[in-house]
Amino acid sequence: MRVAVIAVQGAVSEHVEAVERAMERMGVDGRAIATLKPEEVRESDAIILPGGESTTIGKLIWKNGIAEEIIRAANDGRPVMGTCAGCILMAKHGDEQIERTGTRLLGLMNIWVKRNAFGRQRESFQTMLKIKHIGDFEGVFIRAPAILKAGEEVEVLSTLEEYIVGAKQNNMLALAFHPELTGDTRIHEYFIRMAL
Amino acid sequence: MDIEKLRFGTELIKRGFAKMQKGGVIMDVTNSQQAEVAEQAGAVAVMALHRVPADIRAEGGVARMADPRKIEEIMDAVTIPVMAKCRIGHILEARALEALGVDMVDESEVLTPADVFFHIDKREFVVPFVCGARSLGEAVRRIWEGAAMIRTKGEAGTGNVVEAVRHMRLMNYAIERVKEMDEGEISQLAQKYAMPYRRLADAIKDEGIKIDDDDPIFGKYSLEEIVKGLTEVLKEVKDMGRLPVVNFAAGGIATPADAAFMMMLGSDGVFVGSGIFKSSNPPEYARAIVEAVENWEKADVVAEVSKGLGEAMKGQEIDKLEEKLQTRGL
Repeated sequence: MRVAVIAVQGAVSEHVEAVERAMERMGVDGRAIATLKPEEVRESDAIILPGGESTTIGKLIWKNGIAEEIIRAANDGRPVMGTCAGCILMAKHGDEQIERTGTRLLGLMNIWVKRNAFGRQRESFQTMLKIKHIGDFEGVFIRAPAILKAGEEVEVLSTLEEYIVGAKQNNMLALAFHPELTGDTRIHEYFIRMAL
Repeated sequence: MDIEKLRFGTELIKRGFAKMQKGGVIMDVTNSQQAEVAEQAGAVAVMALHRVPADIRAEGGVARMADPRKIEEIMDAVTIPVMAKCRIGHILEARALEALGVDMVDESEVLTPADVFFHIDKREFVVPFVCGARSLGEAVRRIWEGAAMIRTKGEAGTGNVVEAVRHMRLMNYAIERVKEMDEGEISQLAQKYAMPYRRLADAIKDEGIKIDDDDPIFGKYSLEEIVKGLTEVLKEVKDMGRLPVVNFAAGGIATPADAAFMMMLGSDGVFVGSGIFKSSNPPEYARAIVEAVENWEKADVVAEVSKGLGEAMKGQEIDKLEEKLQTRGL
């Protein structure tokens, strides 16, 4: 199995390492690659869109044909996971900040996202979440977005107060936090099982 | 929200913020229009300044934290993170920037140092810090003090990449050597790296006042505790084969090729100070440098984005400088 981590910018190596650790734990034969090449994305079994700055990543994926490959993969039923900035880009509906910056979303999941929902860096935090199919999990929120609303076809995986912070729509996952920063690979293992 | 269950300003949150900047370009801006140009070009963050380093260098005098109103205007203008600089050791400028809500503080040698003995103990803050370093020793000291991100000092405001290259090579080679070291050698190196913390205590000793080994010499820390802390950081460096925090290039990067070169040398990303808004075409320069950093491995892309950009900022030779900013803060 090959998992492609889209390597425009942000926590790319952390996702690559988390996938490889998860595969090792599960005894799955495979690897993760950091890539900016559309053909490598096309030939991968699952795709991760990491956290970083959504304005930056959103610009560059539409320049080099990567965005089209992610959409194709999602439509083929291959698993796609977006974390933080990646969660924003997975969405169909953005807030005023997303509109103002002209960020073009992939429009894959029927979710309404709000950028920087919790505030600036000083309002960034970590806290224990309850995540469906996973259990208790340390959520690391860094200038994080939140999901305000989700369509009926979307399964809510986790909430924090009034916000949805984890969601699944068929083969797609959107997480407002950073599972790749914790050393806990259970979410990556769950994602890899979706591709088996 | 149940505030008690949320943990703010942890090392994970601070270092994590820096990780989200990896592979990106952070641009110096002096007003909200420039900040918007930077955001539109794909900058991952902006550094809010009163003047860009080239002007600070030209005008001389004491360079201080920027006007908080100016910083606020920039924070209101863009959605990406906003960083701002405080003087080395100036705890109160740093507290003021934290109170303003800037996303990261740069304790920077580009401003006039406020403390000749010490840098800020950055662990005491919720806001993450980035600090400049010329060598592994400087980087290890700043990381022990709590810096969530390191950048090369280079030589700011010169448009000359040579010092940033020097500092990145010095750090890389030192890390390669540390990887081969045994525990004894690492402990010896930590003792050497701890020397700059003794300057205040040594000055007092010269006046005839006795200092015991377990007396604190920097904040609440004794020399022994400092050596222990530096040893821990060095062990992390040895195990990871790199700095345990994100390491950017800064200080003299003026062109897309400069930026790509720093990525090739192992930088996690790039700060561009005067290089963008001192060029003849800032929006194009900004876009080109962002694309060069994303695509540093593809020489054809670097060539393509460099075409017809107009004049880069006018550079300066290092030997002809009146003052090297990089010598500030050991």
